[in-house]
Amino acid sequence: MVPPGLRGVLPVVLACLALAAGQRLFGGQEFFVYVASLVGVNVVLAVSLNVVNGMTGQFSIGHAGFMAVGAYAAGRLSLPLGDVAVSGLPVAASDQLLFAVSLLAGGVAAAACGFVVGLPSLRLKGDYLAIVTLGFGEIVRVIIQNTPALGGALGLSGIPQRGSLFAVWLCAFLAVLVARRIAESSHGRSLTAIREDEVAAEAMGVNTTAYKVRAFVVSAFFAGVAGGLFAHFVPIINPGSFTFVKSMEVVVMVVAGGLGSTTGSILAAVVLTLLPEALRSGFNRFAGEGAGAVVDQVRMPVYGLLLVVLMLARPQGLFGTRELWDRRKGQGARP
Amino acid sequence: MSDFLQHVINGLSAGTIYALVALGYTMVYGVLKLINFAHGDVMMMGTYVGYASALQFKQRGGFGMASVLAIFFLSMAACAAVGWLIERFAYRPLREKPKLTALITAIGISFAVSYGFQMDWGFLPGPNPRAFPEVIRRQPWLTLLDGEVTLWNWQVISFAVALGLMAGLQYLVFRTRFGRAMRAVSHDHRTAALLGIHTDRVIAVTFMLGSALAAGAGILFAIKDVKIEPLMGTQQGLKAFVAAVIGGIGNVPGAVVGAVLLGLVEEFVVGYTASSWRDAVAFGFLILVLLLRPEGLFGRVTAEKV
Repeated sequence: MVPPGLRGVLPVVLACLALAAGQRLFGGQEFFVYVASLVGVNVVLAVSLNVVNGMTGQFSIGHAGFMAVGAYAAGRLSLPLGDVAVSGLPVAASDQLLFAVSLLAGGVAAAACGFVVGLPSLRLKGDYLAIVTLGFGEIVRVIIQNTPALGGALGLSGIPQRGSLFAVWLCAFLAVLVARRIAESSHGRSLTAIREDEVAAEAMGVNTTAYKVRAFVVSAFFAGVAGGLFAHFVPIINPGSFTFVKSMEVVVMVVAGGLGSTTGSILAAVVLTLLPEALRSGFNRFAGEGAGAVVDQVRMPVYGLLLVVLMLARPQGLFGTRELWDRRKGQGARP
Repeated sequence: MSDFLQHVINGLSAGTIYALVALGYTMVYGVLKLINFAHGDVMMMGTYVGYASALQFKQRGGFGMASVLAIFFLSMAACAAVGWLIERFAYRPLREKPKLTALITAIGISFAVSYGFQMDWGFLPGPNPRAFPEVIRRQPWLTLLDGEVTLWNWQVISFAVALGLMAGLQYLVFRTRFGRAMRAVSHDHRTAALLGIHTDRVIAVTFMLGSALAAGAGILFAIKDVKIEPLMGTQQGLKAFVAAVIGGIGNVPGAVVGAVLLGLVEEFVVGYTASSWRDAVAFGFLILVLLLRPEGLFGRVTAEKV
């Protein structure tokens, strides 16, 4: 079918074409683009968190912290680059190039943070890791709040609005691709071994700390990219966008989709982003203007209850550890 | 010098309250090997029960010794009931499941409670902070160095209440039949069950005790800070948890030492830098301790048996 040399490149090329077509068709509709970008960012976040929480069986609840690092690093870099153009390129192309550079910078900054946090804390057991990641998220927030160069509590505004449907969903596609490749490689086997039984994995010669840290760094990188994307399509970023609540949202997505299933994470991210939006506009339309605020009030307690009910009734979530692209029923990812 | 002394006093008084909450974390961890994330939110609920009953007493004319005791008793009883409910319906069904499921459940409960209390339906208080009634008239108890250092009466009272509750707990754990059963369950709950200890009951009572202590701490917090809000539980609870880890989780005296240490460190950082750093202090301290001594100050390194 496909020549082996093209197998790695072909999906990306196809995705680019499809996304370019989507951009052409829907790029003009502002609200649609906004919601679709939000969905895309959440897909990146959920898929990346799934690498740590699902595949490796660690429990990080500070994903918003990495997102914040990425958002602020990319946003801060883009801010002075708003009017700069790379010579010899058309304006649009140079904009996109600079955008890609700042996204990459955001990802790398977040990954570096992931490494710094992960190295000491991944030697610890699950509950400690949870609390350290939570603490990390809080520390990031407090540092941003106390740094005038980052806008403090008021936030950072005026970041050039370079985000597009194409960019967001290309990143989402790449995140899914990377997650899938990891899961199906020997690397992913080691992560699964750590999830199933850490002591046994270690006895079989898996360097558990190294693998956990690597999973953590990959996950943080994509969270940073998601943050960078977010910073380029919302008018203002402030510390309030990256609180524990945001981390919990992503955790709920991963758990509801099924810890360890990338498909589940994607689906849950899409549904849990669209549902509140749909309910809010539905309430506003049919129960009078302002009635939609109820949705925002109820959303958080419902997420909490959802976690409890899921754990009691269906701890494996929607998909368990299965994927859409698994070959046969009942079989995990290909060996 | 006077600044320093005042900070020591404030730090100690904050630390003893943290200690009460930290004891709850450590006790539950001792018997269940589970971090009860919802513990701080139980404390918050206790504070609101105290608030509601204080309003009632205020309407009937002022606060006497008896009414203050009644406020404490009511909120501690309510929290014990809540603790029992959470244990019975959320944690017990998951006891033999992987630890991660219980952890996720605990986080879920914490989230549901703290954000549930931010809705303003029915009896729920809504997101706005409330002012806790002045159940104890604030006045200086002792002034030192020409009035530059003040020891307030509520600081003395909260110190005394905290110490009293801790002494009671110490007696219960080390001098009674129930305490012996609790220590046995903590050591090995299967063997304890084989030896005829009703482990379910011991675990439930431990939960109730921890929750009641948290309610007491919540009221002391409210007397200290006056402002109460639905998210206070998560905030203070996490700090208390950090204190328990610093002392070595599962270790009762360790929790107290860790909490006092945390109270002092926090007070000094806030006193000598800016108060906006307050929330980062506890977690920075936690990461430092986990780096240098992951088992905590008083914890023992235990080899994992397979």
